[in-house]
Amino acid sequence: MEFLVASAIGVMTAAGLYLVLRARTFPVIIGLSLLTYATNLFLFATGRLAINQPPVIGATGGSYVDPLPQALVLTAIVISFGMTAVVVVMALRGYLETGNDHVDLPGDASPEASEDDWKLRGRKQADATVKAGGSKA
Amino acid sequence: MNHALILPILLPAIVGALLVMAARYDKVLARVFSLASTVLLFGVALTLLVMASDGSVRTYALGAWPAPFGIVLVLDRLAALMVLLNAVLGLSVLLYAINGWDLRGKHFHPLFQFQLMGINGAFLTGDFFNLFVFFEILLIASYGLMVHGGGGLRVKAGVQYVVTNLVGSSVFLIAVGLIYSVTGTLNMADLAVIVPRVPAADQALLQTGAVLLLLVFAIKAALVPLHFWLPGTYANAPGPVAALFAIMTKVGAYSIIRLYVLAFGAEAGPAAWLAAPWLLPAGLVTLVLGMTGVLAARSLGQMASFAVIGSMGMLLATVSVFTPQAIGAALYYLIHSTFAAGALFLIADLVAERRGVQRDRLVLAPRFAQAGLLAGLFFVAAIGITGMPPLSGFIGKLLILDGVRASAHATWFWTLILSTSLIAIVGFSRGGSLVFWKSHAVNAPSAPLHRGAALPFVAVGGVLACLVTLTVFAGPVHGWLELTATQLFAPTAYIEAVLGTAQEGP
Repeated sequence: MEFLVASAIGVMTAAGLYLVLRARTFPVIIGLSLLTYATNLFLFATGRLAINQPPVIGATGGSYVDPLPQALVLTAIVISFGMTAVVVVMALRGYLETGNDHVDLPGDASPEASEDDWKLRGRKQADATVKAGGSKA
Repeated sequence: MNHALILPILLPAIVGALLVMAARYDKVLARVFSLASTVLLFGVALTLLVMASDGSVRTYALGAWPAPFGIVLVLDRLAALMVLLNAVLGLSVLLYAINGWDLRGKHFHPLFQFQLMGINGAFLTGDFFNLFVFFEILLIASYGLMVHGGGGLRVKAGVQYVVTNLVGSSVFLIAVGLIYSVTGTLNMADLAVIVPRVPAADQALLQTGAVLLLLVFAIKAALVPLHFWLPGTYANAPGPVAALFAIMTKVGAYSIIRLYVLAFGAEAGPAAWLAAPWLLPAGLVTLVLGMTGVLAARSLGQMASFAVIGSMGMLLATVSVFTPQAIGAALYYLIHSTFAAGALFLIADLVAERRGVQRDRLVLAPRFAQAGLLAGLFFVAAIGITGMPPLSGFIGKLLILDGVRASAHATWFWTLILSTSLIAIVGFSRGGSLVFWKSHAVNAPSAPLHRGAALPFVAVGGVLACLVTLTVFAGPVHGWLELTATQLFAPTAYIEAVLGTAQEGP
């Protein structure tokens, strides 16, 4: 059980970090989600792993699991959920306004960014259609 | 229990919510409420400062749940100082923004209030998890403010900013989890009690957690190599928002000073002065890189951003000495650099508004309206940020040079601080002469020379007046800050004030 949880956290963190370092916004957002999943699982595990234990002290006393990490995870989930929504909206807006979904700013972006630009591509296509139409006529 | 302690958080929270619901479409109402709330906040902050000046530590247990089980707010000299700094800068920025910036997008005023709330909360809270929550509040508000007014470039810079900070938040949670798993507490005072007693087997986990936390605060404070987000963000944010962000880097510095003196200070056994070996080289490299960046900047906004990075480097390198003298000097420099950077961002925005297509880029452009007045203001702010006499930057640097004399690395400090000052002076002279003086030589027709409103100049003048006040009253202010540093280095009073409430409770 420890190995399973630990390796799950490790793999998700590694995959999340790799994706966050990618050049396009979509993988970055997926990476952020993976990173927050790993964080939540990790926080959950800080209360120690126990099976079939109540998170409150029962009437008879006995053993229980620490409820605080669960409360922390709940807060962390709410915040990360909201933030994923915000970053998706901002990434979409950036894509629509600048014409490409590269994370780099236009000033120092790779030439690849302008190749991917949907606005430029749209313009090129429009030019091509005009030319094609012109040659037909 | 003193209810004034929670007002800096409650007031902007209530007004912010009210603005969202009731004053969404009425710009006059929104401005009046926002301004009234900020003026009130300033009053409250002044009261708190006077209260804290007697040297005692006050606590406020929310819902009367005793610490360390409940949530506490703690007011000591340092917290009161930072809240006041936030209120003063916030008021100036708001005065600047209500001249038109607030109407270029939606919900400026509510976001602004929530931003103030988050920053105040981060300064006042007494436990880690709430520090995380208030960090999130101030960050979420700043995401909104950062892209206020829109535009492709700004939104893209905003995405970078959000992603960096979300990764930072994840690391923050992991660090908090690690520390909690070892010590079983999230309360800072309780942590200070428990850390010395942590068994050797758990030290590795505890110290990993503490260093990860340092990493998070370093992202906020823009320490090298975690500074990459700052120039893009600040230079592309709206002018007044960038000026307000001048205090956001100080939230990171505040957290470092608070945590690593209180919980990982002299008493902490094997974990004593945990932050020092990391902060010192990082701070000095940040100083050099920031000031070199001033020389390489392509616009006034970028120049101010790199000056912020450089000043954070100087600040945190000084903090890393961890002596009362050094921290006292660092706090003086902290106040100074907040105002100086805020003023520079506002001036850069005023210039950008008047120059037309060239904006605030460092290229030749025809003359623009009120160039003389703006040149004067820029001159004063540049003197401030580069640390030339006679303004407070010079006094701050003197205090720092004096404060680090006892350190083993004093030679490094002296060499780097003095040589980077020269680089910064060259950088700002180049920027100033290119933007203001050489515009006379351009023969191209100038942009329409209409004068702007007076209010933005009042705001900039107010911030610069703070610099002058800080210079004139340098003696008393520094005396007060030395007492603050001494209070920080005697954590027993803080711990007793927080945990003592447990015995008072029923």
